[in-house]
Amino acid sequence: MSAYFDGPGPEAQFKAFLATGKFMIQRSASSGEHVFYPRTIAPGTGTADLEWVEASGDGTVYATTVNRQRPEKGGDYNIALIDLTEGPRMMARVEGVAPDAVTVGMRVKARIGELAGEPAVIFDAEGTA
Amino acid sequence: MTLRAKAACTGLATAGCGEAQGRNPMELMVEAVHRAVTDAGLQLSDIDGLFAATAFHSMAAMSLAEHLGIQPKFSDGSNIGGSSFMAHALYASMALEAGLIKVAVIAYGSNQRTAGGFRSISEPMPFEAQYGPRNPITAYALAANRYMHEFGATREDLANVAVAARGWANLNPEAFMHGDLSVEDVMTARMISDPLSKLDCCLVTDGAAAIVLTRPDRAKDAPKSPVYLLGAAFEHHHRMISAMPSLTTTAAAASGPRAYEMAGYGAGDMNTIQLYDAFTINTMLFLEDLGFCAKGEAAAFIADGHIAPGGGLPVNTNGGGLSCIHPGMYGLFVTIEAIRQIRAAAGDDEGPREPGGWVEGAKLSLAHGNGGVLASQATTIWGHGETV
Repeated sequence: MSAYFDGPGPEAQFKAFLATGKFMIQRSASSGEHVFYPRTIAPGTGTADLEWVEASGDGTVYATTVNRQRPEKGGDYNIALIDLTEGPRMMARVEGVAPDAVTVGMRVKARIGELAGEPAVIFDAEGTA
Repeated sequence: MTLRAKAACTGLATAGCGEAQGRNPMELMVEAVHRAVTDAGLQLSDIDGLFAATAFHSMAAMSLAEHLGIQPKFSDGSNIGGSSFMAHALYASMALEAGLIKVAVIAYGSNQRTAGGFRSISEPMPFEAQYGPRNPITAYALAANRYMHEFGATREDLANVAVAARGWANLNPEAFMHGDLSVEDVMTARMISDPLSKLDCCLVTDGAAAIVLTRPDRAKDAPKSPVYLLGAAFEHHHRMISAMPSLTTTAAAASGPRAYEMAGYGAGDMNTIQLYDAFTINTMLFLEDLGFCAKGEAAAFIADGHIAPGGGLPVNTNGGGLSCIHPGMYGLFVTIEAIRQIRAAAGDDEGPREPGGWVEGAKLSLAHGNGGVLASQATTIWGHGETV
């Protein structure tokens, strides 16, 4: 277990996966619980046994809002909290429908897109991808 | 051992509320300290415990002590956002009871309005920042959206909170905003982050505040009615809104009961209720989490003006962060309003308010602080000497 903390940390590893087109989350080997955002140890239990697994990409909108912005500044955009099928919740954007057409409970599917020049997990409303 | 009634507020003051052109946050904070110490009938040299947090100073207590020219024996600058000052009251109470200090001052200052707008020292949230949340508004909007989904609340329900707050502000000459405000006004104001319009959001003002706390034996000699810290508790479980376990139940559901238990009083005993209303959704969540109504029932609870002047439950009687003052970290103003209501009822001169603005017979006040994005929740209960 001594090698557990060696090398790049969880954030760097997550970003490296993302750069290769993979949306990875963590899972505690002992409890089987999934974790996001990337942690050093399992939150709460403190167990140092988090391993990377590829996310299914399936999720449900838990809450949603539209940040209103003038068209010349890029226009309105969606921000949502997504409950991943594996359990964890994350902030993201839902695209493929109008920002204010995103609703709580909507089924969404992850893809890897880009925001501000960086790879980002983006969700599409199911059936729109 | 209990910390119940081991500290009493004997002095308080605000400074530069609204707009304080040309004055910096430290100057405003020092003015508030000067006024508060004078209000307590003490000298600057009596202060041996100093507690401060701002969005302008990384080590606020040290900067403030230097500007004042004092040498505190104990200081603390813990920052858990806008509720920091409720936590500071708890720390000050501990230090007073332990005999480490004799006189504590808690202070805050900001000139964000005249210095260019909302000021935060918050770092970008990892794993959230790239999506462009406009925090804190986006986070509270997400909570409001979820709340509306779970309980069927509407934008009108949220607007009722802003309308009630304006009603109180109209009784308070010190409030920054005055004039009629209708549900329609709130609904048609510019949308910022759905479902929150500009008028669902707190003000952006300047302002400083300070309170003086001493041990009860010393408080009896104070020129104003001492107001005792009967209960205090805080709790937090997240920093980022995406890590909040449920967006419709805050940690106030934990801090509130512990504060009530320490005080020996419950929600029904409170004569005035001061809740950190950075956004309209806050008031609804805190009324529920602090036991004034059941979860999901805040909309019905406030629908008929129940928390507005004359409505039965005096909530945010200064006009709140929505209509009185909000310099960025509002917690100390919440505390001051809770204490001033008790002092005014006891006959101290707290300045003029329109009829009903001072709550008759107020002996117990709840002051609840909120920090970050519905994150840190800190509940304090203040009482007149008779309640001890």
